[in-house]
Amino acid sequence: MSKPSRNMTFSICRFDPDSGKPPQMQEFVLDVSKIKGAMLLNALEAIKESQDPTLKFRRSCGEGVCGSDGMNINGKNGLACITQLHQLPDRVVLQPLPGFPIICDLIVDMKPFFDQYEKVKPYLQNKNPPPPTERLQSPQDRAKLDGLYECILCACCTSSCPSYWWNPEQFLGPAALLNGYRFIADSRDTATAERVKRLEDRYSLMRCRTIMNCADVCPKGLNPSEAIAKIRREMLRESLD
Amino acid sequence: MAINQKEFDAIIIGAGGAGLRAALQLAQSNYKVAVISKVYPTRSHTVSAQGGIAAALGNVVEDHWEWHMYDTVNGSDYLGDQDAIEYMCQNAPASVYELEHIGLPFSRLDNGKIYQRAFGGHTQNYGGEPTRRTCSAADRTGHAMVHTMFQKNLEAKTHFYSEWYAIDLVKTAEGGVAGVVAMCIETGELVFFKARATVLATGGAGRIYLTTSNAYINSGDGLGMILRAGFPLQDMEFWQFHPTGLAGVGCLISEGVRGEGGYLLNGKGERFMERYSPHLKDLDCRDVVSRSIIMELMAGNGAGPDKDYILLKLDHLGADLIHQRLPGIRDLSMSFLNIDPIKEPIPVLPTCHYMMGGIPTNLHAQVVTQDAAGQERVVPGLYAAGECACVSVHGANRLGTNSLLDLIVFGRAAGMHLQERLKSDLPAMAHDPADLERALARLARWENPANTEDPTAIRREMREVMQAQFGVFRDEKHMRPGLEKLQALNQRLQRAQLKDRSQIFNTTRIEMLELDNLMDVAVATAVCATQRQESRGAHSRYDYPHRDDQNWLKHSLYFLDGRLGFRPVNQTPKYVPPFRIKEREETYE
Repeated sequence: MSKPSRNMTFSICRFDPDSGKPPQMQEFVLDVSKIKGAMLLNALEAIKESQDPTLKFRRSCGEGVCGSDGMNINGKNGLACITQLHQLPDRVVLQPLPGFPIICDLIVDMKPFFDQYEKVKPYLQNKNPPPPTERLQSPQDRAKLDGLYECILCACCTSSCPSYWWNPEQFLGPAALLNGYRFIADSRDTATAERVKRLEDRYSLMRCRTIMNCADVCPKGLNPSEAIAKIRREMLRESLD
Repeated sequence: MAINQKEFDAIIIGAGGAGLRAALQLAQSNYKVAVISKVYPTRSHTVSAQGGIAAALGNVVEDHWEWHMYDTVNGSDYLGDQDAIEYMCQNAPASVYELEHIGLPFSRLDNGKIYQRAFGGHTQNYGGEPTRRTCSAADRTGHAMVHTMFQKNLEAKTHFYSEWYAIDLVKTAEGGVAGVVAMCIETGELVFFKARATVLATGGAGRIYLTTSNAYINSGDGLGMILRAGFPLQDMEFWQFHPTGLAGVGCLISEGVRGEGGYLLNGKGERFMERYSPHLKDLDCRDVVSRSIIMELMAGNGAGPDKDYILLKLDHLGADLIHQRLPGIRDLSMSFLNIDPIKEPIPVLPTCHYMMGGIPTNLHAQVVTQDAAGQERVVPGLYAAGECACVSVHGANRLGTNSLLDLIVFGRAAGMHLQERLKSDLPAMAHDPADLERALARLARWENPANTEDPTAIRREMREVMQAQFGVFRDEKHMRPGLEKLQALNQRLQRAQLKDRSQIFNTTRIEMLELDNLMDVAVATAVCATQRQESRGAHSRYDYPHRDDQNWLKHSLYFLDGRLGFRPVNQTPKYVPPFRIKEREETYE
C-alpha cells in the first residue's frame, strides 16, 4: 500500500563559520511519502542523504530518550526524532535551539547548558555510610522523583526560556533547576539545606518569572516550572527552621 | 605527519554504561584519566535500555546467584564461558547495591527495597517457575543508570572529551597498545591520546541491520579498530533479535511488558507461545520467542491487513500499572504508531537488538588475542568492556537484563584491575610511528578526490543484505551469495566518496568513518555465520537445524586478514561445579 505523495518544504538555517557569511535559510523540498520513517528526523536524514550531505545536525537514539536532536521547529523547541511529519504543516522552518552559540547549521554549543547543570551539583549526596544492601526508600518517597529523573538534558526548556536568554550566565535555567530539585526531593539525599542555600542569590533561581515556556516545550512532558516553585517552597521552609 | 599529543594514565573510549562505570572506578584513584566519547555521555545508547538489570537480590522471591548463573549458562545455549558467568552473577548484587548507593532511582517495593520484575529465561531453582530478578527504574533503567553515573563522574571531576571521535588504536612495536588517534568533531583537530592503558567501551553495531533497536551511533567503532589493529573478534555470528520491536519502526518495546503480565497474540487471537514453549511461554528466551514469531508469520498467522506482524497485548494490565511501570513504552507506542497500549495491543516484530560477540576478553576485561600458532596472549595496555566485548557471558543468546549487568560488572572489573596495574607495573609504552601513520592513512583514503562510489548506497545495500540473508533464520543457500555481495560492497567502499570535506562539525565524515567499521562488522558476521554449521542460540540454520556440541561447542575467532580460529568454551567455574550441557526446551513441530 503506497502512501499518497506529500511534498513538504523545509526551510533550514544554514551556517558555515568558515564562510564568513551570516546564517541564512535554505529551502529543501521533499516528498515525505517516499522516505523511510514518519518523523521529522527521518526527513532530515533523507535530505542529508539525497540532497545535501553538508547539512549538519545531531542525532543518536532516534526515539526521544537521548536528547541529541533538540531544535526549533516552526517556532517551538522539540525533538526531531519524535515529531511526526503528519502533525506538521507543509512548510517547516527549522532553527538551531535559541539562546546558545551556533556552531553550524542546526548544531549549537551545549557547553553553557552543561555548565549550568553542573552548578546544581546534580549527584546524590549522603553523609552516612551506605548499608551493606540498598538504602530503603518507600514507594511514596520514590514517587516524588517521578517527573524529575526522566529529564534527558535536551535543553529544549532552557533554550525556550526568556529569563535564560537575558541572563545565561547567572540564571541556571529550567533544566538545571529541575535537576537540582530532583536531589532535593530524594529522601536519600542529605544536602538539602546546602542545595537550597546555594540558590538563594538574586539570579540562580530567582530570575524565573514563571513564563512556563519550559513546561510547554518539554518533550518528556516534565514541568520545570513546578520544580522551581517547589524549591522556593523549600527555601521558605528552610528559612523558618 | 606530526599531530598533537596528549598523555594520560588511562583513556576510556565510550561513555555508556561500561565506560562510565570504569571511569567512576578510576576517578577514585589519583590517576590522569580521560573519557573520549563521540557524543555527550547522556546521548550514549545505554539510555535506551528499558527493562532493568538482573541480580539475585531475592527481594520478591527467594533467589541465589547460582540460580542466576544456571539460567545464564542455559540461556547462552552453553556457549557462554562459565567462569565469566559465575563472576558476573556472583558480583551482581554488590554491583546493583553500588548503583543504588550512588543514587540510581530504582522503583521500590512496599518495604522500601528495590523493585524486581520477571524477565524471559530467568527462573527459580535451576529451571523452575519464572522468578523476579530484574531490578528496574520503571521502564527507564538504562536512562537512570547513565545519568546517575554521569552525575557521579561530574562530582569526581572525570575529564570528558565529549564529541571526540576515536579513529584508530596506535600499537607499540611489540604488539601492545599505546593509545588512540581521535578527532575533535567540532574543529576537525586530530590528537594522539597516548596512554598507559586504553579501555574500549564503544558498544554495539546493530546498525549493520535495516531493522534495529540500536541508535544511529551504534556503528561498532571499537570492533573496527580492533580488527584493523590485527586483533580478532569472537562469536560474531551471534546477533540477538529482540522479539518485540515496534512493527515498521524497529525501536524496542521492553520484555518487561511480558514480565509484568503482557503476552503475544497472533492474527487469530491465539496465545501461540503456549505451543512453542509450553513451560515458560511468553517469558522464554529471546531467541526462542523471535523464532516462534517468524514461524507464526510464515504459517500465515500474522495480524493486521497484510498479516505481517504480531500483537503484544497489555491492556488487561490496567492503566495504573502501565502508568507506573511501563510509561516509556506507552510513550513510544503513541509517538510512533499512535497506539495507546492501555486501549489496544501493540503491533510488534523481531528487531536486531544486541551483539553477543565482540572483542575477546578475560575476567579482568583485558583484551586477548591468538597468534598464528593458536597461542593465546593478553594484549598489553588494552581493555574492553560492555557490548563491544565478548568475555563471554552471553554465549549464543543473551538473557534480558543481563546486558546492563554485563556493563556494570565488567566496567567495574576493568577499572579495578587497571587501578592495581597503574599502581605497579604498567609502563608507558613507546608507540610505533608506522602504526600512527596507519590511522592517518585511513583518513587520507576518504579525502582522495578520485573516489567516485556513493557511500550512502553502499551503506543501504549492506544493511539490506544483512537483513535478508543474515536474519533470524539462515542457510547456506542465502548466506553464500550474501557474503559475496558484502565483499563486493566492501571493495566499492574503498573507493567511496566523501561528499563533505569541511572541517567544522563534519558529521558526514564521521558517518563515513563509522561505515568502515560497520562494513568490517558485517563481513565478520557473514563469514562466521556461514562457517558455523549448526543451530545454537540466536544462530538458527534451516540446513543445520540442531546444535552440534561434538564439532561446534567452541568460540569462533575472525581476523581482518581472513584468518579464522577457535577458542574452547570455559566449563570450569571457580566456586560451583560446572553446569552440564543439556538440550533447551523448544518446540517447532
